[in-house]
Amino acid sequence: MANVNRRVLPGFSLTLGYTLFYLSILVLLPIIAVFLKAGSLSFPQFWAAVWTERARAAYLLTFGTSLAAAVINLLLGSLIAWVLVRYPFPGRRFIDSLVDMPLALPTAVGGLVYASLYVKTGWIGRWLEPFGIQAAYSRLGIVLVLVFVGLPFVVRTVQPVLEEFDPESEEASASLGATRWQTFSQVILPALYPALITGFALAFARSIGEYGSVVFISGNMPFKTEIAPILIVARLEEFAYGEATAIAVVLLVISFTLLVSINLLESWSRRHAS
Amino acid sequence: MKRSRFLSLLLLGAGGLGAWLSSDLLPNASAADPAPKPAPAPPKEVEILNVSYDPTRELWKALDEKFAAKYAQKTGTKVTVKQSHGGSSSQARAVIDGLEADVVTLATAIDTDAIAKKGLIKDGWLDRLPNHSLPYTSTVVFVVRKGNPKGVKDWRDLIKPGVEVITPNPKTSGNGYLSFFSAWGSVVLRGGSRDDAVKYVTELYKHVPVLDSGARGSTTTFAQKQIGDVQLAWENEARLELKESKGALEIVYPEISIRAEPHVAVVDGNVDRKGTRAVAEAFLKYTYTDEAQEVIAANFYRPTNEGVLKKHAADFPAIRLFNITEIAKDILDAHKQLIGDGGVFDSIYKPKS
Repeated sequence: MANVNRRVLPGFSLTLGYTLFYLSILVLLPIIAVFLKAGSLSFPQFWAAVWTERARAAYLLTFGTSLAAAVINLLLGSLIAWVLVRYPFPGRRFIDSLVDMPLALPTAVGGLVYASLYVKTGWIGRWLEPFGIQAAYSRLGIVLVLVFVGLPFVVRTVQPVLEEFDPESEEASASLGATRWQTFSQVILPALYPALITGFALAFARSIGEYGSVVFISGNMPFKTEIAPILIVARLEEFAYGEATAIAVVLLVISFTLLVSINLLESWSRRHAS
Repeated sequence: MKRSRFLSLLLLGAGGLGAWLSSDLLPNASAADPAPKPAPAPPKEVEILNVSYDPTRELWKALDEKFAAKYAQKTGTKVTVKQSHGGSSSQARAVIDGLEADVVTLATAIDTDAIAKKGLIKDGWLDRLPNHSLPYTSTVVFVVRKGNPKGVKDWRDLIKPGVEVITPNPKTSGNGYLSFFSAWGSVVLRGGSRDDAVKYVTELYKHVPVLDSGARGSTTTFAQKQIGDVQLAWENEARLELKESKGALEIVYPEISIRAEPHVAVVDGNVDRKGTRAVAEAFLKYTYTDEAQEVIAANFYRPTNEGVLKKHAADFPAIRLFNITEIAKDILDAHKQLIGDGGVFDSIYKPKS
């Protein structure tokens, strides 16, 4: 009982101080700088920069495609995690390390490769063409690359939880007469909720900021396939730093609100799981 | 112990990484001046930085070497010209934010001017070197597929039914807006009104299936992915693309096109602080010599020395090249009216069109 207060790292206040210091330098300070820069605009200027019809279309596209990609990653990612944890098969370690590739590959390369695969003459695109599916230079193309860049996040958050999960509780559930679906939905899934939600949030956030890969496959047509980060680059091209950061501020605020609500959802599901 | 060995390896690695990361923090740690002030004797070694845009890599590499040789011969000082390449406007932003460029050789005056506005380049820079500070120029030409199957000869052919045009986004790319200006000039300088020009560019951009964010992207789209019938490109880049394509592409010269003006300038604020003014000025002046102009022509840029240009006349067809001042007050004004927020380009795209 005496060593309840012993912690691995010495000094709570010291470690907390470090944490806050690093967070401020690495994250908080740049964000404050963004807000200050955007604050150099008057309110009408700010509004004119961030709330044009074109900008609204871009926000909708950015958040819509990111959401779609995050949902796909949620399903696909948890499936991959399940297979990697539960089934030993030859080449599993190779596939396991393959999952991290999207993090290491420069996303511009990913975008270029996807675009050349999915254009009408590409290896995959030529099979989609007869069905009238245009994968490159469309919203579908954007979702495809976002699924690519977001994949590791769901897999890597769900995987460790699944590894910890005891198969015996499944057996117990089965021996108590539960169907496979009941076991899945009432025993396995609730244990996974927090990890699923975290993975989803990470993949979603990653997609909102993604620029490098998307510009190569989206075609960047205003009102159709122009994502919000493109607008930022366009304003920088005019050396309009204020307007560029204003759009960034809007993206930040929306993302932050979404992430906070997802976090709340996660802690709520944690409480209900236990 | 195994663990302690692992730990010390880790520390060693971290130390090495730290040393490597910090090695470029001290400016020119290895170079000329270990003692700071006693400057009178000319330094034996000088390093200058030329901040340029993307496709000029080969050009400046050749010029840098030739200049270094010449300069060493004349003054006994060993000069190393370092190069930095990237998108023209991001390069300009880097210089504004503190990249210590001695000279800038960017794609358009808009970018150079943005640096000048921060006070790093003195007013009147345009007239401090010959030919409005232009050692070379270029223009916008058409790249088409072998045999020119769509029969594209001039700007008006670009809006014929079934013709697809590849050009980068004028909002995010210098090549993009230069192509736009060129298209605009092809109307207003051949008797068209402003309305005609608006109508023409509106129609033209309906023929653009993909707006890549930069010129590189456009080239990939056109040459590798085989999308589109015509690509609008700088002459020098078109020539390189042609060489790469091994006969799959051709160049078509329209009757009229814009004179692309990649100005050069000494960055006064930086050279005065670093004490590199003499070398930087000599470097830019060198680009006007016959020797340098030949290198320029060999890299498919149009030399501004009339004599050298004449010698290579076969390489550079004499089409009507118009100056930006024929369609606007200057390039900044053209950009503001046509590309900038609320400009003509913005009116082309309507929601759900």
